[in-house]
Amino acid sequence: MSETQNPIRDAIAEAIRENEIILFMKGTPEQPMCGFSARTAGAMQALDVPFAAVDILPDPRIRQELSALSGWPTIPQLFVRGELIGGADIVAEMFESGELAAALGAEPAAAAEAPADQPADDGSLLGIENRLR
Amino acid sequence: MPTAAELKARIESAIAGSEAEVESADDVHFTARVVSGSFAGLSRLEQHRMVYDVFDGELGGAIHALSLKTESP
Repeated sequence: MSETQNPIRDAIAEAIRENEIILFMKGTPEQPMCGFSARTAGAMQALDVPFAAVDILPDPRIRQELSALSGWPTIPQLFVRGELIGGADIVAEMFESGELAAALGAEPAAAAEAPADQPADDGSLLGIENRLR
Repeated sequence: MPTAAELKARIESAIAGSEAEVESADDVHFTARVVSGSFAGLSRLEQHRMVYDVFDGELGGAIHALSLKTESP
């Protein structure tokens, strides 16, 4: 899976491709290290949808490559089905308006579509804490 | 160190027809509300991107955080 000479960017692109809902944040959902990340992870948890989370803090290159890839300068960043939804402000607005629940497929009918198979090897480079249950 | 007044002026000069209210308690974390006709027809993501582009390379640096709310009048 080496599309470029940039393994971190490749790993990020792959994680975005392979996880239906993925949040790049500072810290973890259980222990967020920044108020914006905390708020965003909190909204996701309130909707009770499974999501993958990547802590960008352990390696500064993760943030650098993520922003280069997404064209979005700040953290957190939420991706759903491969597309950037937004950062903390957009996620908060969408949570309050109910758009987030719709975008995440939080309705009971959509829950069955959550992918059951997990990539075995993408946890090593990014330290994905996969919350799919 | 950037000030809220400076951010306001930069947003308003960079985005056509925009009015910005910018607040900051510490000149590091900023909250901005930007209203502009240029936002019409753009998604929220694209609207935020336009404002972020004004501060290319400064977010996460001198501007530690910029919390945004964008609206089309």
